[in-house]
Amino acid sequence: MSKFNKKKSGDLPPVSTASLPDIVFMLLFFFMVATVMRDDEMLVENQLPAANQVEKLEDKNKLVNIYIGKPGVNYQKTFGTSDVVQLGDKISRVEDVYNYVNTKRSAMPENLQDQMMVSLKVDRNAKVGVLTDVKQELRKAQALKITYTSNQGDPMNNIKRR
Amino acid sequence: MARRAAPEVNAGSMADIAFLLLIFFLVTTTIEVDSGIVSKLPPEVDEKTPPPPVKKKNIFQVLVNKDNQLLVEEELMELKDLTEAAVAFIDNGGGEGKSGCAYCEGERSPDSSDNPKKAIVSLVNDRQATYNYYISVTNELVRAYTILRNRAATQRYGETYESMYARYKDTQESDKETPEYLELEKRLDVIRELYPRNLSEAEPQVAG
Repeated sequence: MSKFNKKKSGDLPPVSTASLPDIVFMLLFFFMVATVMRDDEMLVENQLPAANQVEKLEDKNKLVNIYIGKPGVNYQKTFGTSDVVQLGDKISRVEDVYNYVNTKRSAMPENLQDQMMVSLKVDRNAKVGVLTDVKQELRKAQALKITYTSNQGDPMNNIKRR
Repeated sequence: MARRAAPEVNAGSMADIAFLLLIFFLVTTTIEVDSGIVSKLPPEVDEKTPPPPVKKKNIFQVLVNKDNQLLVEEELMELKDLTEAAVAFIDNGGGEGKSGCAYCEGERSPDSSDNPKKAIVSLVNDRQATYNYYISVTNELVRAYTILRNRAATQRYGETYESMYARYKDTQESDKETPEYLELEKRLDVIRELYPRNLSEAEPQVAG
């Protein structure tokens, strides 16, 4: 009879976890390769809109980033809730754009200076007003190559999603 | 004494270590956006120089108000119709003789633009319009130019402007002296010359 009793243990064999490290390592390598360490800490809300007429941007060393958006939740006590400009890692006035861009430009190697491009990273819910002011400042600073940084996507989604 | 085999290293904690690193990278990752709509600002003008005279029919006026509504050539328009209207305007080619446009396929209406080189798309924004809408409008206008350039490029070289441009951008630094590259550059210039992107953003108005 014991012959039959043996069969009653119908437990599933334990799943082998030997390949778990491999899977984890695979993910790890993916994230290590895809990671870009942020240069600037974000102080403003910065959700980029989508567009489909985008071009790939220049190398990172030719780019100057300007962020526009509402101050993040932690900073709203100090800076209010209307749109502000973030230069580097601090929130600045629009008038400072001129100096910031010139400083950044003179810090570049000389042969790249005239290829400098200003990447405007504007939150999708920001108002155009501040952006207009920033652009006027950029014209003053002779930084005329700009790009409206946006994700690849259907621009019609921008409007629906509100 | 017999040599004892080295004990095997326990690899059970490998997964834990890997997980730890994985979580670290997961948290710190921000996949940087590296694409955008490239644009060029006009150089600063001093206020004394009068703007060059432009015939009214050569201007395609796009107004965006604070409620994100679109007024195109004094008519309300939906965003989805904008590209088509812009293409019709740029490609109109209503000029005669010297200012005509042999390659245009538009209606040649005398009330619309003379030729693509003279046609200017003017975008005026209310300060309260949202960036979302602004970028969508800009995108649609840029798309109008891309459509026309693609068409012109396909007719001339059998390849769209976009794919030529992508090839141009992808060229390695070491291949930049080859005749093919220079030829490509020349072709792109020709197409750009046919349909220059005259997208003007008006000077901000002080008084509303």
